[in-house]
Amino acid sequence: MLEIKNLHASIGGKEILKGIDLSVKAGEVHALMGPNGSGKTTLAQVLAGRVSYEVTQGQVRYQGKDLLALKPEDRAREGVFMAFQYPVEIPGVGNAYFLKAALNAIRKYRGEPELDAMEFLSLVNDKMKLLGLDETFMKRGLNEGFSGGEKKRNEVFQMAVLEPRLAILDETDSGLDIDALRIVANGVNSMRNKERAMLVVTHYSRLLQYIIPDYVHVIAGGRIVKSGGKELAQELERTGYAGLGIEETPPVPAGR
Amino acid sequence: MAVSVNVTDNYVADFARFEKAINGGEAPWLQKARRAAIERFQAMGFPTQKQEAWKHTDIRPITRIPFQLDGSAEATRLPGDLIEAFTFGVLKCSQLVFVNGTFAPKLSYLRWLPEGVRVRSIGEARQMRPRELEPYLGKLAPFDKHAFTALNAAFFQDGAFVHVPKGAVVEEPIHLLHVSTASDRPTVSYPRNLILMEEDSQATIIESYAGLDKGVTLTNAVTEIDVGAGAVLDHYKMQRENDNAFHVSTTAIHQGRGSTVTSNSISLGGSLVRNDVDTLFRDEGSELTLNGLYLLHGQQHCDNHTFIDHAKPACTSRELFKGIMDGKAQGIFYGKILVQKDAQKTNARQTNKNLLLSKESFADSTPALEILADDVKCSHGSTVGQLDESAVFYLRSRGIGEETARAMLTYAFASEIINSVKVASMRIKLDQLVLSRLPSTELLEEGL
Repeated sequence: MLEIKNLHASIGGKEILKGIDLSVKAGEVHALMGPNGSGKTTLAQVLAGRVSYEVTQGQVRYQGKDLLALKPEDRAREGVFMAFQYPVEIPGVGNAYFLKAALNAIRKYRGEPELDAMEFLSLVNDKMKLLGLDETFMKRGLNEGFSGGEKKRNEVFQMAVLEPRLAILDETDSGLDIDALRIVANGVNSMRNKERAMLVVTHYSRLLQYIIPDYVHVIAGGRIVKSGGKELAQELERTGYAGLGIEETPPVPAGR
Repeated sequence: MAVSVNVTDNYVADFARFEKAINGGEAPWLQKARRAAIERFQAMGFPTQKQEAWKHTDIRPITRIPFQLDGSAEATRLPGDLIEAFTFGVLKCSQLVFVNGTFAPKLSYLRWLPEGVRVRSIGEARQMRPRELEPYLGKLAPFDKHAFTALNAAFFQDGAFVHVPKGAVVEEPIHLLHVSTASDRPTVSYPRNLILMEEDSQATIIESYAGLDKGVTLTNAVTEIDVGAGAVLDHYKMQRENDNAFHVSTTAIHQGRGSTVTSNSISLGGSLVRNDVDTLFRDEGSELTLNGLYLLHGQQHCDNHTFIDHAKPACTSRELFKGIMDGKAQGIFYGKILVQKDAQKTNARQTNKNLLLSKESFADSTPALEILADDVKCSHGSTVGQLDESAVFYLRSRGIGEETARAMLTYAFASEIINSVKVASMRIKLDQLVLSRLPSTELLEEGL
């Protein structure tokens, strides 16, 4: 489904990704772990189409298409979804309105009929319950005044409604207490199936106790330095990144 | 400036003709006031950009054009369907219509009003019952500092006179619709509105200014509003004239003890627009919410000046003006808050936010706080910026096209003001007007 070959990307002239190779097949869950500044978030943002990152080398094929040639909205319409590490607050745009516009834009692109308000509401109702969101949530401004946990739940809720083929979760665990983490992980797990691939980006192995990956990759200095099965996450839990000889560097601005 | 001297003289000469036409058919105090106003105008002349209050607004496009009064009442007999677009659909309201500054009785109607409430044409009042006007007219909006206010005081013929007596509650809005039309020659009108709210009364007043055609018109409006103790007023001014129109307005609001006023100023139309809103707390414990939205495109220029005079203690003012500029449009905001020495326990907050949608658009924001009391809470903030690109990306990453994403965010910026409009049918109309200015309107409207 996703083939990343020798991907180099920079921001403001500074190279962050220095040759990423990664292959993800349908039905697989891959975890991408790495310390701050390793390039995890950059990779997620490049895949979603953030323009402030410049791809200088390499290619990304997604379902046989040149992903990097697609506009961000077309990537979403083709089934790519990124759950943001820092979801943006947009006062004045209602959650329900936003999500219905997004869903219908995607359906239109795929030649499916657009949903009216009633159809939309019945579709989202179950998914709201899954993420423990109440009715008032839909009427609020998009992420407006949401707590960190609410924002992350909203990301996974959007993912549940938009049903992507490739889901990229960028540090969805950060800032969550254990209850919220369980709710979010439960939401993600409920979406695992044979057709859908997931790339779970995280600093800590905590999330991977709830979302069990098929493969784990360790990224450092803009390259994948080690790959393995789910046991690699447990190894990292014991030894830390230092155990792999990786130095933690101070955080780099995530290009928000 | 030689040009401006000539222009001033032209207006003075026009006044001589105007005065002659009135031919003494008016109360002496009013004739005297008109004469004083034109003399004051003659002494002041039109403002230039050398004056601080007019720094960003060059009014020569106005003074270059030989505007003429529409002397006939012909235009007031236009068919009702022509103004339908400027009404608020199914809104149950009383409606007074003025065409080129003259009352149009056939287009106007009053619904049931509580006893003692008077809603009538000021043109009629000044001829039939001038004594009702004398204590108020020109007292709230003095003409000694503002050339356009002076011209209005000299030339005004008509407008609305609303008098709500003590304790009366007018539940349905009163819509004052001022329509401009000019066929072959540039036409000026001087609407004059006087709104008197006595103690503990309540009302909602909507002033609309609209253009009937693409003609070159100048509207120079003055609205004086006196709000008595404990009274509650919701006031809206909606300016939606055509892109060839010029609009200069002064709104003066005086608030008595414990009164509550909300005033919303919406500017959508006009090529050159200048709005002055001057408010005074003349007694303690009152509240004012002053909101504004200016949505400009093309070559439009809109200058909003507000002055809030906290003359007395324990009053609260909340001011929020938002501007959206596209094309080569220019949006100016100047907001002065004066907290006088006695005005302890004042609570004042002023915010001005501007959104620039194009490289050539322009915004200037000048907050001015003068605080002479020591136990007060005052804040101000102003921003000028573009759409947040991370928000644009967020929306796009969910499948929403770029143009729609930008339109959504622009609408969201304006929505804070739109949602503050309490009259539902006006809010819906404003919503449509704002949306019609944005691309991808269809998708947006569907979602609302």
